[in-house]
Amino acid sequence: MESVPTALVYILVFISLYFEVFLLLTFLEKRKAIKREESGLMSLAGYPSVTIIVPCFNEEKTLAKTVNSLLSLNYPKNKLSITIVDDGSTDKTWEVAKLFENKNGIRLSRKKNGGKHTALNYALAQTKTELVGCLDADSFVEKDTLTKIVKYFEDKEVMAVTPAIKVHNPRKILELVQNAEYNLGIFFRKMLGAIDAIQVTPGPFSIFRKKVFDDLGPYREAHNTEDLEMAFRMHESHYKIVNSHKAFVTTTAPATLKGLYGQRLRWVHGFLENSIDYRHLFLNPKYGNFGMFMLPAAVFSVLSVLYLVGYTIVNIGMYISDKILEIRMLGVVNSFSVDLFFINTGALTFLFIAMALISFFMIIAGKRIAEDMKRTHADIAYFFLLYGFIVPLWLFMAVYNTVLSRKISWR
Amino acid sequence: MHNFDGKKYIYVLAITSMIFFTAVFLSNYFNEKKIAQVREIADKIAIDILSSETQYALLQESSCRDVSNSVLSKELNSLAEKLSYTEESFGKSDGEILSLKQYYSLLQIKDYLLSKRIAEKCGLKSTSVIYIYSNEGDCPDCEKEGYVLTYLQETYPELRVYSFDYHLDLSVIKTLLSVYNIKGELPAIVINEHVYYGFKDKVELESLLPKKLKKK
Repeated sequence: MESVPTALVYILVFISLYFEVFLLLTFLEKRKAIKREESGLMSLAGYPSVTIIVPCFNEEKTLAKTVNSLLSLNYPKNKLSITIVDDGSTDKTWEVAKLFENKNGIRLSRKKNGGKHTALNYALAQTKTELVGCLDADSFVEKDTLTKIVKYFEDKEVMAVTPAIKVHNPRKILELVQNAEYNLGIFFRKMLGAIDAIQVTPGPFSIFRKKVFDDLGPYREAHNTEDLEMAFRMHESHYKIVNSHKAFVTTTAPATLKGLYGQRLRWVHGFLENSIDYRHLFLNPKYGNFGMFMLPAAVFSVLSVLYLVGYTIVNIGMYISDKILEIRMLGVVNSFSVDLFFINTGALTFLFIAMALISFFMIIAGKRIAEDMKRTHADIAYFFLLYGFIVPLWLFMAVYNTVLSRKISWR
Repeated sequence: MHNFDGKKYIYVLAITSMIFFTAVFLSNYFNEKKIAQVREIADKIAIDILSSETQYALLQESSCRDVSNSVLSKELNSLAEKLSYTEESFGKSDGEILSLKQYYSLLQIKDYLLSKRIAEKCGLKSTSVIYIYSNEGDCPDCEKEGYVLTYLQETYPELRVYSFDYHLDLSVIKTLLSVYNIKGELPAIVINEHVYYGFKDKVELESLLPKKLKKK
């Protein structure tokens, strides 16, 4: 008989495996349709008018590159408007923005700092185009990104399209870990798009029909995750969100653990808070795979990672205390046995191997979609080695903050 | 409107269950292999001991020089290590493990008696230690004592440590306990027919061992 904590590990692993298999089966089910999508991405029946809002707060270093990438888009200039909103920056962001004034119809606005959602709403209030989107001032688009997104709006039911987000020029180990993670995200988002369950319309270049804001209202503060809340709100109203997996956007990933921690804490905390706000969507078949799969899977993942990490820490702690006892008794440590007999052959070992293999497959599939196969695959190795150690850092704090309903500051 | 395809959820459940039970099956397969390996070692030891006993019977016609320690099974330590690992991995109540543990205890007693007889016959000093332990939570010092004895066994290759679980349901162990009049106080260690109770560190134990024992 297994102990209760171990039995719980089996249950959690079973459910986690279930979610992985679900995505894998979706991939097998949809892979031909996804391939077909890729062939006609560049041929548009028409060019609807688009406004891209660039909200910025202290982005003097990357703003020019972001705007230049927008100016390089292969999209008719008379159909594309760019609005830069400086949300009360205290650095030279406004000076950088001024360099683009009156260039290709770029509009500039400056307002008192009020948070990203206020900057977006400020520009949205003046937007009259059919489509509208946002590009964070630390992200960059490729020439054909917009065309590949607009293609999906030829389906009248589609209300928003998300892009495939990649890490901009990953070099440091932490950036490489995120590179593999983003590739996994590209796979996830495409699969979730295929089953109508995308949970976030990310700041880097998600494009909406203007009707979405006219019908559902502007962005909300939403626990500093306005892009997540907008997706939740759209699902609540049964508005369709899809993913254009070949529309690439690169974003600057945090290069330090502190920066990454702050960003992820905000994301996870925002997700948990919004999940509480939209709890009526959970396990509700009326909201399809979003309510039945996506939301339970995401909340479950957070909680199960916390439990598994706790379980692992307790086990490692017991092992270390045994070793300390041994050293205290004998003053030496026995050398490790190389006998294959002592390799753990418990069912959990095989289950973890199965899950790691599925994750590996998903990252590779994401890399192929992201056309990132030429890069060294060290990012995958770093991901498997380090990701499990760093994720609990913000998960614990996010759950703690949610339980205590603490506020997380935007920056 | 959102679509919901309930069938897919059932298919996924079936596939997940299949992977899950394949993992359980693989685990059982390898664990059975391990138990078979432990049993194989135990059987080999049984043959070794039988061979030693036969050799002992022939002692009348041979000299002590011919019956060196090498005839006594050298694999008892390996068996003990693997048995202890399997007991920890599969649980103390596993029937197969329990039966192997009983088998191992019997083999130890046979080995102990044989080595004692050889020692007497050849006028050698006993180099055996009997260690009575418990892993039922009623012996907080047993883990520490186990480490010390493992260390001594590695340091003095000639030393033979026989360990017995106080709670193992085996009449021979009960007899052994009554022979040495060992009560519930654990750990208990028998060296040279003398019983010592409570934790003994390596210095204390080394001082109780015969001086002629050679270090590795």
